[in-house]
Amino acid sequence: MVSAPGGLMSQTGNMDFETVIGLEVHLQLKTQTKIFCGCRNVFGSEANANVCPVCLGLPGSLPVLNRQVLLDGIKVGLALNCDINRFVKFDRKNYYYPDLPKGYQISQYDFPIAKKGWLEFPCEGRSKRVGITRAHLEEDAGKLIHDDRLNCTLVDYNRTGTPLVEIVSEPDMHSPQEAYDYLTALKLTLSYLNVSDCDMEKGSLRCDANVSIRPVGQTKLGTKAELKNMNSFSAVKRAVEHEVERQTRLVLSGGQVVQETLLWDDAQSITVPMRSKEDAHDYRYFPEPDLVPFTLTAAEVESVQIGLPELPSAKLGRIRQSYGINEYDATILIQDRSLADFFEDCARLYSDYKNICNWINVAVLKEIRSRKVGLADLPLKPETLAALIQRVDDGTISNLVGKDILSGLVDSGKSVDTVIAEQGLAQISDDAALEKVLDEVIAANPKTVAEVKAGKTAAMGFFVGQAMKKMQGKANPKKLNEMLTRRFQNG
Amino acid sequence: MSIPALSAHELMALMNAGKASKEEIAAAYFERARGLNSKTHAFLRLEAAPEFPAATSVTLPLPIAMKDNICVKNRLTTCASKILDGFRPPYDACVVEKIKASGGVIIGSANMDEFAFGSSTETSSYGITRNPWDLERVPGGSSGGSATAVAAGQAVWALGSDTGGSIRQPAAFCGIVGMKPTYGRVSRYGLIAFGSSLDQIGPLTQDVTDCAMLLNIIAGYDRRDSTSVDKPVPDYTQALVRDVKGLRIGIPKEYFIDGMQPAVEKSVREAIEVLKKQGAVVKELSLPHTEYAVATYYIVATAEASSNLARFDGVQYGLRVVPDKTRKSPLVDMYEATREQGFGDEAKRRIMLGTYVLSSGYYDAYYLRAQKVRTLIKRDFEQAFGEVDVILSPTAPTTAFKVGEKLADPLAMYLSDIFTIPANLAGIPALSLPCGFDDNHLPVGLQLMARPFDEETLLRVAFSYEQATAWYLRRAVL
Repeated sequence: MVSAPGGLMSQTGNMDFETVIGLEVHLQLKTQTKIFCGCRNVFGSEANANVCPVCLGLPGSLPVLNRQVLLDGIKVGLALNCDINRFVKFDRKNYYYPDLPKGYQISQYDFPIAKKGWLEFPCEGRSKRVGITRAHLEEDAGKLIHDDRLNCTLVDYNRTGTPLVEIVSEPDMHSPQEAYDYLTALKLTLSYLNVSDCDMEKGSLRCDANVSIRPVGQTKLGTKAELKNMNSFSAVKRAVEHEVERQTRLVLSGGQVVQETLLWDDAQSITVPMRSKEDAHDYRYFPEPDLVPFTLTAAEVESVQIGLPELPSAKLGRIRQSYGINEYDATILIQDRSLADFFEDCARLYSDYKNICNWINVAVLKEIRSRKVGLADLPLKPETLAALIQRVDDGTISNLVGKDILSGLVDSGKSVDTVIAEQGLAQISDDAALEKVLDEVIAANPKTVAEVKAGKTAAMGFFVGQAMKKMQGKANPKKLNEMLTRRFQNG
Repeated sequence: MSIPALSAHELMALMNAGKASKEEIAAAYFERARGLNSKTHAFLRLEAAPEFPAATSVTLPLPIAMKDNICVKNRLTTCASKILDGFRPPYDACVVEKIKASGGVIIGSANMDEFAFGSSTETSSYGITRNPWDLERVPGGSSGGSATAVAAGQAVWALGSDTGGSIRQPAAFCGIVGMKPTYGRVSRYGLIAFGSSLDQIGPLTQDVTDCAMLLNIIAGYDRRDSTSVDKPVPDYTQALVRDVKGLRIGIPKEYFIDGMQPAVEKSVREAIEVLKKQGAVVKELSLPHTEYAVATYYIVATAEASSNLARFDGVQYGLRVVPDKTRKSPLVDMYEATREQGFGDEAKRRIMLGTYVLSSGYYDAYYLRAQKVRTLIKRDFEQAFGEVDVILSPTAPTTAFKVGEKLADPLAMYLSDIFTIPANLAGIPALSLPCGFDDNHLPVGLQLMARPFDEETLLRVAFSYEQATAWYLRRAVL
């Protein structure tokens, strides 16, 4: 629920509006080949490099369904708790645009591969459930490139035929933040399935928002506006915020919301009308005669279900329970499926789970970020990290040295013990050696000794530092402290 | 006998006996094709010289006419439409690959009704084709160029496509054999679509034996066409036996209508007697939903066509017309001008019809209802084939009509396909072969229909009838 924006509120008394948001997410699947032909499905190739008569829609060409697309679609549907339509049918959505070479898009109309699901996620300190109306399979269109120099528009058909899953939510979100959190949770869940890059910048995940408002208490939905052209989740949030405010002002000033499609201009933070309801397409959906409908067996759907990975919410619960990791840290771990897997691999080798979690969430993540790679590209084995933590815990090296050598371990691929030996990094814990050094530094600094004896115990740190310096940082600081305390207590 | 008067199997016999070479045969056909084309206009384009592809399977190195809606790599393929002006497909249709693999020599692109929209070949954007039996008459359509080429001896045989009778009706009008195979028997890959759920490529030949031979080459599963069926292909020439003893032939009473040309009915009734004499058991039956077939067809076929033809928008290939003045937007203006100038009247009529029946608010009343009736028509056949093995009827209600006679009356033209449309709606195989002549010496066609994938029975009955009569031996004199 949102109140009318400040200022206006006072003029109209206590009229409160509820925001209603439904989101449509287009997800590009990263299958090897396109949805209806054998062309490579890759991003970033030279224009029109990955095309053939089928995806160019040349006369006489015919589509053939890529089975992997179907399986991935089922995967997405199951992950979103949907019912799967075992009756597989495609339809034609007819409209004209130069990026659509056939004059129709092959999509699914009355039998989406998945329907009636939900996604649950943490939102503003509570758990929020958003219904999934449907998820259906379709082909992506090409890309128009406007060339100002040549004063013309060029078409790149590489993207044509890229498999898409369109995920349509129920109008269950009631604030821009809820929309943002839904998208974040959806992306996280989808990323676990390993079916898409889920990268908004590359366009592999795109989102349109349907926004309306209604007086609090009213059950009938208000007239919606459709927002397009948001390039990030935060842009979605900003666009929805802007639209809610626009609609609220409009209604409060006696106007009426009209059904239309608006384009979000993020730079200027404004929406620009794209088309009104009157201009809306009649898509003339009808069954795609070139693809024969068929029915999947229950076993086929079952096998996808069995192959489904543990999803983020389940993983979060299990990591908290099995390893005693707190919610905050566990949430960081599960942001990346491979990071959580890495944690569990380490946990099988060494049982100080909290320590492992800390190392991963701080030191390992730092490596990943500074190198700008994914965990998969970081040549760090669970065995290496587990051994490193063990060497810190058993006092062989200091925590500081441990953190220092992590980066080198990643680069060299050497074992922890080899690096410790090669660089002589093992801590010196030998009592005689430590006492000898302490003798030296105490003897050399009578002034400080006097200070300590006068009660300024903090000055003992000076001796630790001096001893460390003499031993090139390898002295066991814990032991030094203990020894110094003993010495000065004894007088 | 001169080479262009011989059938494919006769030419193969000559070749195998060493009495003619493939080069001689091709040269003779190329010469005749060129010589006669100003009279018949069977071909829109003729190849300059025979090109013999390296055969990889059976060798039938004979000149073949290709309907202009079947893609031939690097050759103009226009569906007889201006909108595809200059379009050269970068690939061969599946059937073209198969023809080439068998050594076949493409002699040229056969004329047709624009996008196969018509029953007379008069809607071609590049001029009409004339019936070899009477040059004042149409050859039928839409595969009129293919039928004429075969009937006039301008090609040994031809491929056509049949969406509502477009192979069988011109075969009947031109006195040759034409078969629409079962939907899914021949790959549609590379056939420029009209009504995707109805289209099927098939042979047009001089006799039933040639029909079996050509079907042998083109039939079979193709993974590039999801509607093609993965079912073994028999050797269809094995079905060429004179034996119809005990075979049950059904005569649907709905196919003998008022207003049918008397000579057509007479010839078909006589054909029934011929088959009876050979031992076939003939019984009358009913296909009760026949009267709805034409209406159903013109909803389903135009709906699919309106969508299939959407790609001809001037963006990627073919005609592009850019108007001088901007009216709506440069893009919309280009779309409109291109399609306005690129499509002929019949194409526009069907695009509008199809767009209308799919429109929001009309879909249920038209398209959905038509699909339901289609199911009923299919069921009529399933029931009938529980009682009989073959259904026999006239191919068309009349023989070839005069050029211009029906062009101004689309409904009269549509009724020309009244007997052929049901087989497309039901997806079953059907064949037309000559069964007599009318008073004007114009050929009459006999249609046989069979169960899905039972082309063999069609061929057996057709062969038995053909061998018992001599209609197929008559040739048009040009």
